[in-house]
Amino acid sequence: MSIEHKLRGYILENFLFTDDESALSSSDSFLEKGIIDSTGIMEVIYFIQEEFGIEVDDNEMIPENLDSVNNIVKFLEKKKAA
Amino acid sequence: MPSSKTKLSDDVLSFDMDREVDKIAEAMREILRSKLHRRGLVIAMSGGIDSSVSAALSVKALGPGKVFGLLLPEQDSSSSSSDRGKQLAEHLGIEYITHNIAKTLEAIGCYEWRDKAIKETFPEYTDGWKNKIVITGGIEGQFNHFKLVVQTPQGDIKEKKLGLKQYLQIVAATNYKQRIRKTVEYFHADRLNYAVVGTPNRLEYDQGFFVKNGDGSADVKPIAHLYKTQVYALAKHLGLPDEICSAVPTTDTYSLSQGQDEFYFALPYQQMDIALWALNHGVSAKELGEYLGIGEDRAAYVYQDIQNKRHTTKYMHDKAYLVEPVTELP
Repeated sequence: MSIEHKLRGYILENFLFTDDESALSSSDSFLEKGIIDSTGIMEVIYFIQEEFGIEVDDNEMIPENLDSVNNIVKFLEKKKAA
Repeated sequence: MPSSKTKLSDDVLSFDMDREVDKIAEAMREILRSKLHRRGLVIAMSGGIDSSVSAALSVKALGPGKVFGLLLPEQDSSSSSSDRGKQLAEHLGIEYITHNIAKTLEAIGCYEWRDKAIKETFPEYTDGWKNKIVITGGIEGQFNHFKLVVQTPQGDIKEKKLGLKQYLQIVAATNYKQRIRKTVEYFHADRLNYAVVGTPNRLEYDQGFFVKNGDGSADVKPIAHLYKTQVYALAKHLGLPDEICSAVPTTDTYSLSQGQDEFYFALPYQQMDIALWALNHGVSAKELGEYLGIGEDRAAYVYQDIQNKRHTTKYMHDKAYLVEPVTELP
């Protein structure tokens, strides 16, 4: 299963309570669309740390890395490559 | 608040205090008379600036005979808070009682749940150690996250990033404090047929710095439209004791002294007030950054942090949502 697919599944199930794929675009800003708030972002960070075995440093906790499925995918790919 | 000023200056938060006091006192009487139908006010006094000014305004509205004060310390409260609360009650000439809620909190598991989460972060944490949570990130453009700070009885300070589960559990456990206090406040309000005063200032109210069904619960909130700087100014104007007028704002919720700007706000309150005012009046991040000396980028982060907190805490202002409206109520 791709990173994007896993992430989408997690967000759809835990924040949107649906399996309707059309409810979430991978480019949607979680904050701007009101999908996830700042406490929810902490949950997402916890999820990606557990699921993908990485550590998110303080200075990486920024919207560019975490505020959409696409941003997280890019961030994880960068982390794994490093 | 007048909103004609649009350029930042040292006096954007200055206001006609005599007029403001009269306006608030009349509004409180009107709310009691026409909305709440209660014959007095109950107010919990923490010794901090907001509850002190709210108590003084309650007395301005109704006179000391119709205001009942509560001092509600627990085991982590600083003794100076209680001292200031007592001093204020005596200064205002109102009836008050002290009810230490530590035993209630212990019975309900507040300290036990909190300490369990702390020990998951610092296994060596035990009786005699002190603790607090510190917020970080907002002013750096990061998502807010939290650190746990503990102090050994010898005074050594240790700090670690908090896991999500532990953070939520510590906050949930300490929220018992505000919720138990509110239960006591409503007991006395019911007993006396009084209404309960809530004491948030504008910064706290706007940014959701309160506990839902805890200190956020009240029948009337007389200073929710005033910036904290203005509340300090009113304290002096109302002639409150010097110890209260100069009290540094703390949460008085964690055993280690914790500034509100460590726990919740990106900047000290004077600067947060200016930032909130500036955002509310369409001032650019560039101008705010220059005025506060923090630069445009950081000012933009502060604006973003304010908006994020409004969004995150919106539900705390809301009534429970209904599936269908019940339209028959007056």
